Amino acid sequence: MNAPEMTSTRPTELPSSRTSANLRKRQAAQKFGFGLLWLASLVVILILLVVVGYVFLTGFKSLSWEFLTTAPKGGLSGEGGISTTILTTIYLVGLILVIAAPLGIGAAIFLIEYQEQTKTGGKFLRGLLQAANFGVETLAGIPSIIFGLFGYALFVSTLKFGFSLLSAGLAGACLVLPTIIRTTQEALLTVPVSLREGSLALGATRWQTISKVVLPAAIPGIITGIMLSVGRIISETAVFYVTLGGSYRLPNSLLSGGRTLSLHLYYLAMDTNAFEKAMGTGAVLIVSIILINLVIDLISRKLSAGVRQNQ
Amino acid sequence: MNAIKLETNAYSLFYGKFRALEDISLKIPEKQVTAIIGPSGCGKSTFLRTFNRMNDLIPGVRTEGQALLDGEDIFSMDVVALRQRVGMVFQKPNPFPKSIYDNVAYGPRVNGIRDKKALDEIVETSLRGAALWDEVKDNLGKSGLALSGGQQQRLCIARALAVRPSVILMDEPAASLDPIATQRIEELIRQLVEEYTIVIVTHNMQQAGRVSDYTAFFFTDESSTGKLVEFNLTRKIFTNPQDKRTEDYITGRFG
Repeated sequence: MNAPEMTSTRPTELPSSRTSANLRKRQAAQKFGFGLLWLASLVVILILLVVVGYVFLTGFKSLSWEFLTTAPKGGLSGEGGISTTILTTIYLVGLILVIAAPLGIGAAIFLIEYQEQTKTGGKFLRGLLQAANFGVETLAGIPSIIFGLFGYALFVSTLKFGFSLLSAGLAGACLVLPTIIRTTQEALLTVPVSLREGSLALGATRWQTISKVVLPAAIPGIITGIMLSVGRIISETAVFYVTLGGSYRLPNSLLSGGRTLSLHLYYLAMDTNAFEKAMGTGAVLIVSIILINLVIDLISRKLSAGVRQNQ
Repeated sequence: MNAIKLETNAYSLFYGKFRALEDISLKIPEKQVTAIIGPSGCGKSTFLRTFNRMNDLIPGVRTEGQALLDGEDIFSMDVVALRQRVGMVFQKPNPFPKSIYDNVAYGPRVNGIRDKKALDEIVETSLRGAALWDEVKDNLGKSGLALSGGQQQRLCIARALAVRPSVILMDEPAASLDPIATQRIEELIRQLVEEYTIVIVTHNMQQAGRVSDYTAFFFTDESSTGKLVEFNLTRKIFTNPQDKRTEDYITGRFG
């Protein structure tokens, strides 16, 4: 750095009147800036409140224990409740997680633990790893209706699974895989290198190190990823519209179709005049999403507490 | 001089094209404490990590020359088997987020010991060996992370002992500890040397003087390539260094 020419080591003193005027100006600018930030967050909260409030106020009248526990009866007036659609949603969430969680977690472990081999491994392995990483990035950015169309083309027509839980489960698994892979990768990366080294230095194999030290330390993060996926499945419509069919009856096998809550909401709003019931279904959806987010919040708090303890 | 436990011959290590260690030939005697001292960046830790092949984890590392444990080539051994014979204690205590018991039992368990009685015994012997037993015997189920820094480091030593190695590598084991905890670790090192060969990297010359029998002085110039300048009995290195650079370093003229 070129030192400026200085005759004295002390900076020139500013006249005190100028300092205070300057200070007032800077404080005013700060107030203005913070005011804008406040306004921005207020607007965001307001939008949220308006949406949730509107759905609740309109849907409130149709919400009742009976609404939750009776099956929809179909028809133009949208008679009945939403019990079968709640169950179908739960079935589908379970099925998708059974397919996607082991695949996603396994892929994430492989991509992270063998990451250094993207530089040093053989040509084939290197190519495979790069392709996989690129694939995950791309999958995460694809609009969900494309997964739906893919699922329709492959599972519904080509493999002849029809409009069914199985088709929807497979297509939905493709949809949430990127989420599970990415959150698991992030969780694995937060496990300190020192723990891996400690385990390896004790004569543990790499696999023992991953399964006994790294994975247990990453579990809260992995659960967060799974909960995010649950939220994604519950709120998804496009994929299931073209793979699950629209039957409001309870599916009795993997190969029978059904309706998730979101799909039911869509059908109620588009095909019937039971707008209030649609809003009631919406309210149920919002409550479940809020619950899921609370759980995620709780887990990530536990996670960050654990990480702090480790540092 | 005791039998030779660890040995390197014309040993060099490269990170890609960069030569981090050059032509190091050193014989480390059995059941003695050997200190490796030298200024920052002279490759002390890298050299230490040769003996349990921790450098294998870094992509692009390549070595030349020989490194031997009990006369056997380290690089042709199975790495897992090697690390059962050569334990390591790290600069920052790194207990697993598990109970004290599970931390110590980790090594024996990954080596296939399942018997509860055998594990209990190993845990107690190892904790006693690391001078931690009396402080934790009533709280073996407590998390290892709940211990103080000095206790955590002794837990890590106990964890290393539980695998029954013959060599323990220590990479600045007291660097993150307060003076009292440091003193306890140093006393422990003097006890452990009755049964183990200990190689310790340290920045602290007084520490090297207090705990070690032999001292290796590593040095580097502008090239950043680490070289061995001098290796001798610690008391000779400190009272009558043969090399001008060793003398300058231990008298605190740099570093």
